[in-house]
Amino acid sequence: MRHIIRLGPLLIALTLASHAPAQTATPAAAGAAAPGVVIARDFMFAPLTVTIAAGTTVTWTNRDDEPHTVVSDTGLFRSGALDTNESFSFRFDAPGTYHYACSIHPRMVGTIVVR
Amino acid sequence: MPEESSVISRRRALACMAFGGAGTMFALAGGVLTPVALAEAAADPKGAGALGKPLFVQLSDTHIGFNKEANPDVGATLGRSIDLVNALPRQPALVLHTGDITHLSRPAEFDLAQQLLSRLRASELHTVPGEHDTTDSTVSEYFNRFGKASANRGYYSFDHAGVHFVALVNVLEFKPGGLGTLGAEQLAWVADDLRGRSASTPIVVFAHMPLWTIYEPWGWGTGDAPQLMEQLRRFGSVTVLNGHIHQIVQKVEGNVLFHTARSTAYPQPQAGVGAGPGPLKVPPEQLASMLGVSGVTLVNRGRSLALSDATLA
Repeated sequence: MRHIIRLGPLLIALTLASHAPAQTATPAAAGAAAPGVVIARDFMFAPLTVTIAAGTTVTWTNRDDEPHTVVSDTGLFRSGALDTNESFSFRFDAPGTYHYACSIHPRMVGTIVVR
Repeated sequence: MPEESSVISRRRALACMAFGGAGTMFALAGGVLTPVALAEAAADPKGAGALGKPLFVQLSDTHIGFNKEANPDVGATLGRSIDLVNALPRQPALVLHTGDITHLSRPAEFDLAQQLLSRLRASELHTVPGEHDTTDSTVSEYFNRFGKASANRGYYSFDHAGVHFVALVNVLEFKPGGLGTLGAEQLAWVADDLRGRSASTPIVVFAHMPLWTIYEPWGWGTGDAPQLMEQLRRFGSVTVLNGHIHQIVQKVEGNVLFHTARSTAYPQPQAGVGAGPGPLKVPPEQLASMLGVSGVTLVNRGRSLALSDATLA
């Protein structure tokens, strides 16, 4: 079940990345979650892909008993270890697709799409 | 190793279980594991002489700074682990710590860990970092305290009692979605370090993340470890010690014994059980039986190593 849940947003993320920076009609997987909010829970970032307008600040909050980090693939942003209920924020000013992961659990990955 | 195993009677083994409910000890000779004793060294100093010379103790995953329900006092359980080591009638000269010294890489956690570990009677403490020790971007908290042995590279080697020890780092070349990584530079250093060493030299390799793939979906492995194993294949006795997964998993492949140690802080679930490799909450009365340390003894006239695990129960 977990695999099915994860696969959908991943495919969307790939689609977005391959079409960037062209505008696509896919309004992304941000879904019902508040824009700019990512929760780390059960060793997953949710939503997996967040689409925001340039200038928006994204806040990640850890809801696991295990610490997580938020580390950009390109080195643009990097949190320290976030203990339970701790948060990290970063403002995205430039449009683009930004991938990140947890350096403690590198299989936890996520994407921020900035329009 | 029949001469070792024959000295342990069933009654003696049962008596030893009363001490700490300790784990099984294995003698390693020619790649074959033979169960020998349960915490024999602590229970019977005279009999322990037959088992060989205590070589070192492995501590792992002390996670100083963790304070959640799974173990609100990780300082106390580390203290009990140190008591267990200090109570051995013949002190090992070395203690190896296989990483995750701290929980969040914070200075106060490192300071407390150093203070607690300084109570060890063993004269040398050798460490490698875990991914919990390296979450600051420069890894300076770890290297400022433990970087001297490796000139801040993290990996280094040394010799003790005819055994060659190789300390490796597989938590620094972080790759999204990936397993642990040793990296080309470190692998080249290992090749250089092992070059010219006799195949009869016992080798102990230690690193934080398992150097074989135990469970890939949770990152319990090291992607380029096969290249390391290729270099170790010609040696007659290789012991590979890791932490990271907070439980004992062991296998033998040729002349290589792979062993992961328990944590002194909290247990983790078995591979694939639950959402991920987080702290496992168990009834308080069960916790001590899931925490502990590993010991390694030189046997067979110094040509092979025997391994034992002890819990805090």
